[in-house]
Amino acid sequence: MTRFLLKRLGLALVTLFLLSVIVFSVSSVLPGNVGRAVLGPFAAQESVDALNAQLGANRSLFTQYTDWAGGLLHGDLGTSLTKQVPAWDLLRPALSHSFELALVAFLICVPLSILGGIVAGLRYGRPTDKAITIAGLSFAAMPEFVSGIFLILLFAIWLHWLPTSAQWEDGANRLTQVKYLILPGMTLTLVLFGYIARITRAGMIEALDSDYARTAYLKGLRPSVVIRKHVLRNALLPTIAVVAVQVGYLVGGLVVVEVLFNYQGIGSLIYEAARQKDLPLLTAGVLVIGIVYLVVTLIADILYAFLNPRIRLGGIE
Amino acid sequence: MSEHIPLALEVSDLEMVYRVRGVDRPVLRGVSFSIERGRSYGLVGESGCGKSTAALAIVRYLPRNGRIAGGTVSVAGQDVLGFSARGLREYHALTVSMVYQNPGSALNPGMRVGAQLAEAFTILGVSRGEARDRARAALERVQIADPASVMGRYPHQLSGGMQQRVVIAMALAKDPTLLILDEPTTGLDATVEADVLDLVATLQSELHTAVLFISHNLGVISKMCDRVGVLYAGRLVEEGPVDTVLQDPRHPYTVGLLRCIPRGGVRKDHGRLDTIPGFLPSLGSRLEGCVFADRCALADDRCRCEEPPVTQAGAGHIARCFHQDLAPTLPREEAAELAVPAVNREQTPLIQLEDLGKVFVQSGHEVHALAGVSAAIWPGETLGLVGESGSGKTTLARTLLGIVAPTSGSVELEGRKLAPRFQKRAHADLRALQIVFQNPDSALNRRHSVSRILLRALKKLAGVTGADAEKHAAQLADRVRLSERTLTQKPVQLSGGLKQRVAIARAFAGDPKLVVCDEPTSALDVSVQAAILNLLVELQAERGVSYLFISHDLGVVRYISDRIAVLYLGRLMELGPSETVFDGPHHPYTEALLSAVPTIDGGGRRRIKLGGDIPSAASPPSGCVFHTRCPRALGAVCEETEPPLVEIAPGRLMRCHIPLDELRRLQAKEPESVSA
Amino acid sequence: MTALEVARPARSETKAARSERLRLLVRSPTVIIGGVIVLFWVFCAAFPGLVTPHDPIFDNQFPTSLKPTWAYPFGTDTNGRDIFSRVLAGSRNVLLIAPAATLLGTVLGTILGLVTGYFRGIVDDVLGRVIDAVLSLPLIITAILIVTAVGKTGTWVVIMIIGLIFSPLVSRTVRAAVLTETELDYVQAARLRGERAPYIMFSEILPNVMSPVVVEFTVRLGYAIFTVASLTFIGFGVADPSPDWAAQINKYYGFIDPYWWMTLFPALAIATLVVAVNLVADGIREVYER
Repeated sequence: MTRFLLKRLGLALVTLFLLSVIVFSVSSVLPGNVGRAVLGPFAAQESVDALNAQLGANRSLFTQYTDWAGGLLHGDLGTSLTKQVPAWDLLRPALSHSFELALVAFLICVPLSILGGIVAGLRYGRPTDKAITIAGLSFAAMPEFVSGIFLILLFAIWLHWLPTSAQWEDGANRLTQVKYLILPGMTLTLVLFGYIARITRAGMIEALDSDYARTAYLKGLRPSVVIRKHVLRNALLPTIAVVAVQVGYLVGGLVVVEVLFNYQGIGSLIYEAARQKDLPLLTAGVLVIGIVYLVVTLIADILYAFLNPRIRLGGIE
Repeated sequence: MSEHIPLALEVSDLEMVYRVRGVDRPVLRGVSFSIERGRSYGLVGESGCGKSTAALAIVRYLPRNGRIAGGTVSVAGQDVLGFSARGLREYHALTVSMVYQNPGSALNPGMRVGAQLAEAFTILGVSRGEARDRARAALERVQIADPASVMGRYPHQLSGGMQQRVVIAMALAKDPTLLILDEPTTGLDATVEADVLDLVATLQSELHTAVLFISHNLGVISKMCDRVGVLYAGRLVEEGPVDTVLQDPRHPYTVGLLRCIPRGGVRKDHGRLDTIPGFLPSLGSRLEGCVFADRCALADDRCRCEEPPVTQAGAGHIARCFHQDLAPTLPREEAAELAVPAVNREQTPLIQLEDLGKVFVQSGHEVHALAGVSAAIWPGETLGLVGESGSGKTTLARTLLGIVAPTSGSVELEGRKLAPRFQKRAHADLRALQIVFQNPDSALNRRHSVSRILLRALKKLAGVTGADAEKHAAQLADRVRLSERTLTQKPVQLSGGLKQRVAIARAFAGDPKLVVCDEPTSALDVSVQAAILNLLVELQAERGVSYLFISHDLGVVRYISDRIAVLYLGRLMELGPSETVFDGPHHPYTEALLSAVPTIDGGGRRRIKLGGDIPSAASPPSGCVFHTRCPRALGAVCEETEPPLVEIAPGRLMRCHIPLDELRRLQAKEPESVSA
Repeated sequence: MTALEVARPARSETKAARSERLRLLVRSPTVIIGGVIVLFWVFCAAFPGLVTPHDPIFDNQFPTSLKPTWAYPFGTDTNGRDIFSRVLAGSRNVLLIAPAATLLGTVLGTILGLVTGYFRGIVDDVLGRVIDAVLSLPLIITAILIVTAVGKTGTWVVIMIIGLIFSPLVSRTVRAAVLTETELDYVQAARLRGERAPYIMFSEILPNVMSPVVVEFTVRLGYAIFTVASLTFIGFGVADPSPDWAAQINKYYGFIDPYWWMTLFPALAIATLVVAVNLVADGIREVYER
């Protein structure tokens, strides 16, 4: 197990390094001339040169990368061009906002979709299964801004149950804040529901069809006991990995959802940075999102390894 | 006489159908048989005849698309088909148990062995604590050493043999009236299989449980059962006491089946094996008349339109055949006798393996898959390779072909050293060495037609292209007895035997000098196996090709091999002419292997038991690697010094500290034990 | 040529398998419903002039901001255009970009998957890590980063970006299938008769992994529409005069209260298209993976 964890951690670090290289090269190499890309075709050459000098874009790419990566290692993510403050000072509050939203979404979504998957798996091939599968598929297919608009129209505009945006007034208490987060949270949920439910369902069908389920059934156990003790655990194991990956997509969906609901999270920060061509801030934000994703999948892998005796205890040899 | 004690199992007129694409297809056609309490009944038949379906019907665990269309099943006097959900659960909990092939998947991978086993006791209403105690006792009963530690392990930490013991312990927890064993030892090594079978036999006599034993292996049935039923295309065609049915079969199918099996020491130079022509009717096809009529040499018009009734052939012996008196005289397949040319061992060997060694590194450990193997294969001869799994058979073949490079030693072809890896070998050397794999489904590209497969092989191996190629492909197909029609088909449209013929044709496209046959018949039914073996022998007689023949079936190896090499933990333990290796005196390991094989011919045999599982090749035992399991080990010398491989007779090598005469004396003491 | 003559019967086998799959596909009601909707939007994209009652682009043809009525079933927008006409004309952009991007991604990804899966070893390790790194960023974030860095957007840029980002996703699936195939003995047999790697990859293995490739294509197509629409919605695609659905929503979602019809109908249109594509994709997956 230790071997497995060390290997997994090592891989995550390598991936992180490659990620930084990729993000760096996209943001510095692709434009050719960073200053020009930022300031646009009509800016004076002097201001372009000045900006390039300020960004250090006139040095060799290698030096640029090592400087940038060195800064990263010391917690320096660069300086926002438009706001002229350290990127981290902008990212930190945005990240914690997004974390709140993601948490709400996660808490609505994961139990609901796993339950949906289990029910669909148990009713395999029957109308309940078909309904859950098709609903999941349809929700997953719809971009967040589309399902978000449906939810806003239904719950905010026609029913007046919930606010249209996620911008609460200052000093609102926790409960009010959660009320504002329900619609964006549900929007994110709708997209993820189909994916997680599908994997859970597939795991259920496979486990129900397995030889060991047959062994358990032929022991004379009640079907409910067979499902609880033998099927569920083996069926849910693969779901963990999927949930982790989907949390990654959840982060991606944040951009659209936060723009739609006018919420000050990392998604809208990245969006603003992109609109204002604030490349240093954008780069830093993208990198942070990549790191969040890597950490989440790493945690999921560890959890998976811990729950799976084959990995935890190793083989015979 | 036992009117008031109900039979353990009584199946009558059982009809079962599978619904495929909206049509009901019969898989069991009016099957009737019964088992008395405490007796064992074997159900044999080739794949697809409905054996496992019958078992699933008896425990009432049917696949989604399966349905019982008629008949009754009663176990211990209870009507199984009439159970309510609750009744069915009690029936499973108290009366019936089932053990199936592949114990690895029968155990829950995420649950400790102890907990799974205890569950079988708690269902009987026993407290948790007592269930654990009983579970431990159950593991002892199935002869698992150190049950306490096994209880705490997960299934994947146990060997296949151990897993199957655990499953058996679980099945016997309820002291069932009926125990169903569905191919319980298929996939296990012969020595492990023999242990498991011995265990089942012992437990059965102790517990007085009735056993339904399902197997494709007549030897296993003969060893384990009192009575046997032969199933063909969902119909029970013959039934009777095991000895009677196997010695005096009365249905042409049984007769044919028995004749297909190479046994009683027949060898390729004694003549061809019998085969059963034709194919099993496809699943659920509508059959007028006798189910076997299409493949039966005795069939007449009546057989084709009228179903033969059950007729008595002797005491408790029945057969469904109009011609059961003629069945024993079933005409043999007409074929020109084969003239297998003698092997000339004076000339340079075709292949010389020089001190081959292969070390794999597996998660930090060195695994010695091969250690100092030297052997020669002469033109036109077959070298048989036997040994348990993990003995290095496959690694040896792969090294010869250059798929893996040896760590030490070399392979010589006609006196020339070959490059260790095939990528570096000359084109002529590639075409000289070809292979026929075990599983034709994996060996043939399922998207390519047969002709495309053959044409490509001809192009690459024989350099034939253009108009010539098609003529050659047709010749090649003809040589392996494939019809013209087959050429346009894809592998999925062919039966297992035909696919294996395509694979053989492909290997022979470039006129190879040696073909490695890696268990080429073990995925096939015996009737098909015989045909493939005949084909291989014919090709050898025609073209003087050599074979390296790997098989776990000693009867098959004996039939086809001129010489035999016995491997254990990557070491050559014995090498010599086929007859002498089989007739003895044997190396103690060979002796154990031979005695583990259940044979059809019966006879008093004493089995040489081997202690425990094969040791890991990562840490082979000191001294003679076999000493940890050797029943004849001498003591210190075997534990400390590895015996050399010595030529004990001309062309016969053995690696053992016990002198040959002593072995002969030891092995002669017991009744002649081996006739595979 | 002889090879062709021999190949012909083989092709008819494939045809038989194909028609069997087709038969299974048309038996599924969800596939039929999805297929009809997709075809409807494709038709609208191909012949916008035939289906739109009014011009979708010219301003001030009608009174502005009318609620849906019989004359204007979806209402009119703030520029005095008939939303019904704009919705019918709005599929063109997405139905051009999404399939092209998906095709690009599938072709690149299949090649990448074949190479990494067949050679394994160092090639696979290096490429695998790079792919991991790329995939640790959500698709839309990568797209935003590239669009901003390149400094321009447009049909071709979006096609290239989505295609490039899809290729590692496709390559993973294909690689997994190739790994299973490489274990099979026919690949070993090909090596042992001296076949070269490109032949083995493209002639032996590729035909056997076509099922996952087809499935990937259809599933990715749905996701491409999703992504194109999302990018357009946040302003990284076509903009206003274009009747593109996501562009309409981008312009009007701020006025959803009270002008709900300007957002609802384009949103419904997107929903029908993506759901329909996914229903068809799911049907295809089921038929291919059975």
